[in-house]
Amino acid sequence: MSTKQASALAGKFSEIVGKDNVMTSENDRYAYSYDSAVLDPVMPGLVVRPTSSEALGRVVALCNEHGLPLTVRGAGTNLSGGTIPLPGGVVVLTNGLTRILEINEEDLYAIVEPGVVTASFAQEVARRGLFYPPDPGSQTVSTIGGNVAENAGGLRGLKYGVTKDYVMGMEFWDVDGRLIKSGSRTVKGVTGYNLHGLMVASEGTLAVFDKIILKLVPPPQAAKSMLAVFDSIAAASETVAAIIAAKIVPATLEMMDNFTIRTVDNFRHAGLPIDAAALLLIEVDGHPGQVADEAGVVERICREHRAREVKVAGDAAERNTIWQARRDALPALANLKPTCVLEDATVPRSKIPAMIAALDEISKKFQLTIGTFGHAGDGNLHPTILTDKRDKKEWLRVEKAIEEIFNQALALGGTLSGEHGIGLAKAGFLIKETGRATLDFSARLKKALDPKNILNAGKMAA
Amino acid sequence: MADIKKLAEMLKKLDDKLVSCMRCGMCQAVCPLFKETGRETDVTRGKLALLNGLAEQMLKDAKGVNEIVNRCLLCGTCQVNCPSGVQIVDIFLEARAILTGYFGLSPVKKAIFRGMLANPRFFNLLTTMGSTFQGVFTKKADELLGSSCARFNAPVVADRHFNSLATRPLRKTVGALDTPAGESGLRVAFFPGCVVDKMYPQVGEAAIAIFKHHGVGVYLPENQACCGIPVLTSGDRPTFDQLIEMNLALFADREFDYLVTPCASCTATIKELWPHYYGGERANLEKLALLGKKTLDITEFIADHLLSAEDQPAAQPTTETVTYHDPCHLKNSLGITRQPRQLIAAAGRTLVEMNEAGKCCGCGGSFNVAHYEISKKIGTAKADNIIASGAATVATSCPACMMQMTDMLSRRNKGLRVRHVIELYAEGLHRELVVKPQGGLPERA
Ligand SMILES: Cc1cc2nc3c(=O)[nH]c(=O)nc-3n(C[C@H](O)[C@H](O)[C@H](O)COP(=O)(O)OP(=O)(O)OC[C@H]3O[C@@H](n4cnc5c(N)ncnc54)[C@H](O)[C@@H]3O)c2cc1C
Ligand code: SF4
Ligand code: SF4
Repeated sequence: MSTKQASALAGKFSEIVGKDNVMTSENDRYAYSYDSAVLDPVMPGLVVRPTSSEALGRVVALCNEHGLPLTVRGAGTNLSGGTIPLPGGVVVLTNGLTRILEINEEDLYAIVEPGVVTASFAQEVARRGLFYPPDPGSQTVSTIGGNVAENAGGLRGLKYGVTKDYVMGMEFWDVDGRLIKSGSRTVKGVTGYNLHGLMVASEGTLAVFDKIILKLVPPPQAAKSMLAVFDSIAAASETVAAIIAAKIVPATLEMMDNFTIRTVDNFRHAGLPIDAAALLLIEVDGHPGQVADEAGVVERICREHRAREVKVAGDAAERNTIWQARRDALPALANLKPTCVLEDATVPRSKIPAMIAALDEISKKFQLTIGTFGHAGDGNLHPTILTDKRDKKEWLRVEKAIEEIFNQALALGGTLSGEHGIGLAKAGFLIKETGRATLDFSARLKKALDPKNILNAGKMAA
Repeated sequence: MADIKKLAEMLKKLDDKLVSCMRCGMCQAVCPLFKETGRETDVTRGKLALLNGLAEQMLKDAKGVNEIVNRCLLCGTCQVNCPSGVQIVDIFLEARAILTGYFGLSPVKKAIFRGMLANPRFFNLLTTMGSTFQGVFTKKADELLGSSCARFNAPVVADRHFNSLATRPLRKTVGALDTPAGESGLRVAFFPGCVVDKMYPQVGEAAIAIFKHHGVGVYLPENQACCGIPVLTSGDRPTFDQLIEMNLALFADREFDYLVTPCASCTATIKELWPHYYGGERANLEKLALLGKKTLDITEFIADHLLSAEDQPAAQPTTETVTYHDPCHLKNSLGITRQPRQLIAAAGRTLVEMNEAGKCCGCGGSFNVAHYEISKKIGTAKADNIIASGAATVATSCPACMMQMTDMLSRRNKGLRVRHVIELYAEGLHRELVVKPQGGLPERA
């Protein structure tokens, strides 16, 4: 697809979205050639920014009419290349569509435009005394559209689920620019195919989301946080399993390995136990009485499983210190080396010790620095490879290490990606996990919905 | 004009710093400019990517990149929040120097930087002729004068609501000072900065009154040069060095405990940017490092060196409510947020926090002149927050922020006053005198 073709159509796009919302200059286009994945940039031919639903639909239709590749872009924070356009293609921005259309306190749902920023939405919901739990680390910038398209998770995934658990319904544009409706404002609803379910994690390859109906829940009344220190990863993992076996589902159950502990402590000098093999950071929430009970049980389980020390946060400040350490994990690691590759291979939680051992092996074998932290409660680890992508030799080893991480995760009965998506980065590995038949089925689906293959071609298996 | 390959090579020098940006995009959450425009080229991630693209010769439109890099408040908000610890402001300043070296300085900037700022006497003379001057400005003169900090162009250009030039600048009302340490045992060098000298002499007078009250000796030499921030941000390194040297000649070998300024930008510049970016004689580096160490923001000096815990609140409480705006150069560059608030309390005022007190006011030095419309949008958001706080007065600790907030608030006609924190503190001392005559406050300047 040539940039020429796209820019020849700039006038037509301008008619739809206004001249100011069409960007054609080299510099403007370059600024939409990348996202947060460590991949090479690709120059789009045109960038358009619709500011109404109707304009969004017409933009999609115009692209389809001319067979122009189209990539929808929210905040461009996905870690898998999902918003890297095709050469000369059209990037469609959603940050002109940022209205919260309704927050319904009686029926516990909200309707938002796709460009609404996750944290601003959660904040607005909280102001009404309600709760929208999905909290990806990028929530201060990520968009609801991007969250749905990647099925984003977060720290609260274990107890509260991930984005897909909150999508009640949706309106989206098909490639012909026709508005498709799926789901409803009601808790129950079985009218037609579960198309909105299909849209979740579709990474911009099947349709373009317009309005999204999200479920809201009442907020927990109380919470208690604690930090447990372990001398072995195995003991920490057994603790995780024991907590779940005791029928307690903490809101958050995070782990940090020794390398990450040392790095974080060096970053903020928060007095973390730098000789510990692992830390568990745990929060239980709910009714005050239940919280007190569960916190007691969790503390006991930690001690029974050889926790060297358990610190229970006594007040808000102490609670904040615990979670600051977790929030610091990525920044602290990222500060060490120029390039930071954040992976999200996920295994059943009982396999965490095996996975950590495998990561240790991999880091030795390829002589790479890998810090691991993540959502121990749901087996979603973030092995983080620290490198310098300019070092070509090392980069080759990084690529091999990533492949090996995927292989290990699959061998342990896990999955390629817990929350960051497939995009360009993992498209080639999909077949390993799902098999030929699954890819063919997906391809047929894609072909039926997007015959000209304009929607984010090359992402996923499409 | 040299060829673009050469430019790319020069930008390659920034590679080690550029590479630490992991493109996470978290800067989108905090950049005040991006908040208004939603354009990736306005946010840090986009700017860094473009610099990288230019260095890698993937882009041809260097002029466009230059404009984009200059379209930034240099507020540093992205830097303090960047998870990857990218030295963003440093990259921007270096890039501006490289790009200015390549494209040359605009004739207008050349005239003001090299003709005026580098000649403090002439600069002073011109501004003293203020009122005769003020009526005759054209658009061009607006740009000319706007590119210095002391934007003494009065309310005549476009629809701006500027303070007029003070009819009697600080150097006339106070003049030069050289007094020994008093009761406090401390002696400071006072660097009022261009804006205080020429536009808000009352802030300088408040400082002098405070020093007198606390028995602090003052060294205030004549013909201080601009701190150089407008010059540095425009990439004019030779003039920057020249201004530093002029100031160094006045301050380097004198006896004083601290160099104190009432201007957040001057403080940050002297403390951090002088030692870092000075490109002149090596022999001066040590002096600059020493001077930087001795340099304090005035609120920090008063709160941490003159007040003891039992002093507070010093003044008879009033019913006046005050809200405080954190200047970027204090909060982001120096991490100072407590001391100004402490002084407001010590002045007997009730502090009511506004929403987003730490968000940039949109001034950004010459950004305000080059991009007035966006600057106004960002400033209007600030004005909204100030008004919503319900306070009668907004205080801050940077005269450039004072100018911007005055402009933005006066359009709203809400009768709010814009004050420097130390003006309030000095008034508090005055009231204290009324209540406790033994307090020993000198008559007000
Ligand atoms: C620092 C950091 C921390 C992160 N932490 C987490 C985490 O904790 N959990 C997690 O799950 N992810 C995390 N991520 C990854 C990323 O933020 C999420 O995938 C997020 O959901 C992406 O949102 P976005 O608005 O940036 O989407 P984008 O990156 O802009 O887009 C993502 C995908 O969605 C598609 N898309 C966007 N809008 C639409 C639409 N309206 N219609 C159709 N398709 C659309 C795009 O085409 C693309 O394929 C993190 C990323 C970073 C940089
Ligand atoms: S927050 Fe820092 S690392 Fe992330 S994109 Fe912005 S500048 Fe780069
Ligand atoms: S310095 Fe301020 S205006 Fe410039 S990119 Fe950073 S946050 Fe935005």
